[in-house]
Amino acid sequence: MELLAFLIFAFLAVASALVVVAHKNPVYSTMALVVTLFSVAVLFVLLGSPFIGVLQVLIYTGAIVVLFLFVIMLLNIGREESQLAGHKPQFFASILGAIVFGGLVIFTLLNVATTPAPGGPSTELVSLEGLANTLFKEYLLPFEIIGLLLLVAVIGATVAARRTQPGESTTGVAEPPKEEAQP
Amino acid sequence: MNVDVLVTVVKAVVVLVLLLQVAPLMIWVERRGSAFMQDRPGPNRLGPWGLFQGLADAVKFLFKEDVTPSAADKPLYLMAPVLALLPAFTTSVVIPWGPDFKWDGQPYRFVIANADTGVLLFLALASLGVYSLVLAGYASNNKFSLIGSIRASAQLISYELAMTISVLAVVIPVNSFHLGDVVEYQRSHLWNFLPQLPGFLVFAVAAFAETNRLPFDLPEAESELIAGFHTEYSAMRFAAFFMAEYTSMAALSALGVTLYFGGWSLPWINYEGLGWRGVLIGLGTLLAKVAVCMFIFVWVRWTFPRFRYDQLMRLGWKFLLPVAILNLIAVAAMTLAGWL
Amino acid sequence: MNVPVSWYLVLAAVLFAIGTVGALTRRNGISIFLSIEVMLNGANLTLIAYARQFESHVGQVIVFFVMAVAAAEAALGLALFIAVFRQRHTIDLNRINLLRY
Repeated sequence: MELLAFLIFAFLAVASALVVVAHKNPVYSTMALVVTLFSVAVLFVLLGSPFIGVLQVLIYTGAIVVLFLFVIMLLNIGREESQLAGHKPQFFASILGAIVFGGLVIFTLLNVATTPAPGGPSTELVSLEGLANTLFKEYLLPFEIIGLLLLVAVIGATVAARRTQPGESTTGVAEPPKEEAQP
Repeated sequence: MNVDVLVTVVKAVVVLVLLLQVAPLMIWVERRGSAFMQDRPGPNRLGPWGLFQGLADAVKFLFKEDVTPSAADKPLYLMAPVLALLPAFTTSVVIPWGPDFKWDGQPYRFVIANADTGVLLFLALASLGVYSLVLAGYASNNKFSLIGSIRASAQLISYELAMTISVLAVVIPVNSFHLGDVVEYQRSHLWNFLPQLPGFLVFAVAAFAETNRLPFDLPEAESELIAGFHTEYSAMRFAAFFMAEYTSMAALSALGVTLYFGGWSLPWINYEGLGWRGVLIGLGTLLAKVAVCMFIFVWVRWTFPRFRYDQLMRLGWKFLLPVAILNLIAVAAMTLAGWL
Repeated sequence: MNVPVSWYLVLAAVLFAIGTVGALTRRNGISIFLSIEVMLNGANLTLIAYARQFESHVGQVIVFFVMAVAAAEAALGLALFIAVFRQRHTIDLNRINLLRY
């Protein structure tokens, strides 16, 4: 049963990831990203982290991707012209690089084959209490810092995206003082 | 294993059948109720008190011509109405529709998805509702639809935040995200809307905004944007949006009733002693409470004027979100002090 | 049958590699962002797979932090994008290649 679910959602994740990186229309890429994120969330649940899986749907697909769509619609970003014309060497080099990297990782992993304890994830792993204990006891300081980081990001995003106010320069270079005309 | 699957299927079928009745019933309630409030008769030609109006509307939608704009983005245009129905129906799997029952001696809870992350799953699936609005507006290749969908996406994600924080405040004294535990907590303590009144009010306002109902229906404003994001949809596609709106209203009402008004429970009834009769009474109680909420949705629609877009955003961010956060802090403090 | 954790790790590596190709070859800034999100998901899947292998919650906690950082990065990146778009009226990264306008 777990095997069937893994195969279906793994295939879905890889196929939609390919659509994300290959499709010319950014809106289609974004919707394929939604499918990818959802499949990865299901894989998280299969791996014994239902909380993180639900958070993935809530944060990633529910907010971040909506932000992407919003910006695409606001800026009216059109289809991308074909990038292969005149850029063939770059394209093939990156595919080669990805194959080499993927091959290295897969080779390493298959040499240290891992099989977890049979019977599925332990109740301790799946429980929210265990995660909450770890998060709020050992990792309290990073948690608070992440809160601060999000605050900084919100302030930065608000400042970066607003229209320049009158009298504010975008380059930050001071204007030379104007010379007073001598009567 | 097989009995578990069978019980889940039975629960799912019961809930699905109940949810499918919402749209036709609401058509009648909306039209007769709004007519009553506006001092006019309303539909009264089809059957006694116009009761067959829902059936007639369904037949009309089936036979209408399906007009598709030629310059519309076909795959996205066709996908949007389906995506609208998705969160409406899937969010109802975590709501307890009745008390625990026994099948073959084994106790079962009346939730279709007995997940520990109960209410979070509801919020996660409800947040997917933005996509249908966004894609419908974008794919229609129509300026008014695009404006409607941009407003809708901004409105939905703003009010989702206030709703999530008010829901979190409910979860704190219960110590569990599972909605069955929330109802059990309310059976032994007060119904949650009393100690958490500000949170309940925030949730109620956010529920109106999440379902695009007046006074927050700017995305589909009839007098301003023709029909907003679903302008270019006709016949069964429009019926899909229509149905999705009413069904998500019902699901969100069921959530609100479960979180704040005791869900399927009435304080003076002993459900364990009544067996399967208790299950039916619990289900009936929940449906009655949801029906009251749906009537309030219709009532508010014809009472308040529409919010302007900047007023809407100001209300969501500058008023509801701070009130929800203060409510959360107060509930956490009260739980620590042992009052809740 | 139990799915070995190494299968999940291989899938995560494949996702990461696909994301890398996208981030390196696209001209559209938004598409590069989307490919980076795919890469982040590959990394998250690796962490959760190891959390399952060692029956430890630390992997889940780290993924929690990674998601928060990814949200912050997406928000800021898109804001910068909007600011650049206002100046240059294009998001084709081959055309935004001069430091000073």
